[in-house]
Amino acid sequence: MENSQNIYKGIGRYIPVYLILLALSGLQIFLAYSKLDRNRLLAAFLAVAIFSAALAVMYFMHMIDERRSFFWSLIPATIFVLLMMNMIWSDSFRLLHMRPF
Amino acid sequence: MSETNHSMALGHAANMEPSPYAIPSRKLAMWLFILSDACTFGAILFAYGYLRTASADWPTPFKFYPSILNVIIMTFVLITSSLTMLGAVAASKAGDKSKTMRWMGITMVLGALFAMLHIREWASMIGEGVRLFQNPWGSPLFGASFFGITGLHLLHVISGVIAIGVVARKFSNGSLSAGHVESTALYWHFVDLVWMFVVPLVYLMSIARP
Repeated sequence: MENSQNIYKGIGRYIPVYLILLALSGLQIFLAYSKLDRNRLLAAFLAVAIFSAALAVMYFMHMIDERRSFFWSLIPATIFVLLMMNMIWSDSFRLLHMRPF
Repeated sequence: MSETNHSMALGHAANMEPSPYAIPSRKLAMWLFILSDACTFGAILFAYGYLRTASADWPTPFKFYPSILNVIIMTFVLITSSLTMLGAVAASKAGDKSKTMRWMGITMVLGALFAMLHIREWASMIGEGVRLFQNPWGSPLFGASFFGITGLHLLHVISGVIAIGVVARKFSNGSLSAGHVESTALYWHFVDLVWMFVVPLVYLMSIARP
């Protein structure tokens, strides 16, 4: 809102981000055909995807131009929910092996 | 003038508290929708991960041609459509209706192209014998997870193309504002963002190695 004048200057500002996102997608293809073992490959894929997503959120979705309180209210909470979801799924495996009946 | 009369003179807005984040309600609502949708995709991708880890014979059927090449083109198309949608937002904020319509039109064409490439990929997989609960290669749950995850994403793309078309039409006749174009763009960028996780986890982790 207060930053609207700064946000909307045309798409020129976004070209570098666009090119970086394309390059990161290319990097993922390159990694896929590398000789990394499966666990390292998954970690590398997730790191590149998270970095790409962060760029998209901050620049394409203009989060960088919003108030910091907006970012701190939404993003950490969402990451926390996603991490907790991961805990629940692994717990379902524990139940399979340690079920009391 | 009493407080009530003063408020009435100013309209209902005088009784409202200012937005805590200095953004319009529609934008906040779209962000909350996006975050809830992120949790939906997070849930199915985590489920896919655990399902895959638990299956010893998970298929790795994606050859460079046609599948991975198709995915490369789809990724290029989708990221480019995010850029064109940014063009639409910029043009709408500048009050240029014809440019806004042009950028939104290009975004719709790219979205439709992505959907067609996606359907071509599905047709190729179905042609190779992949069904929801059977396939020629291994774990029968491969088909359900592949069609489930990519299908949910495809549904978002098709919904996005329709939404962009509706918003573009209403923006051109003046019944929607530049803020609506911006909210629609937020959704479109989110669809792009999800694809950045779907490609490596669903396709690239399952490439066919010689």
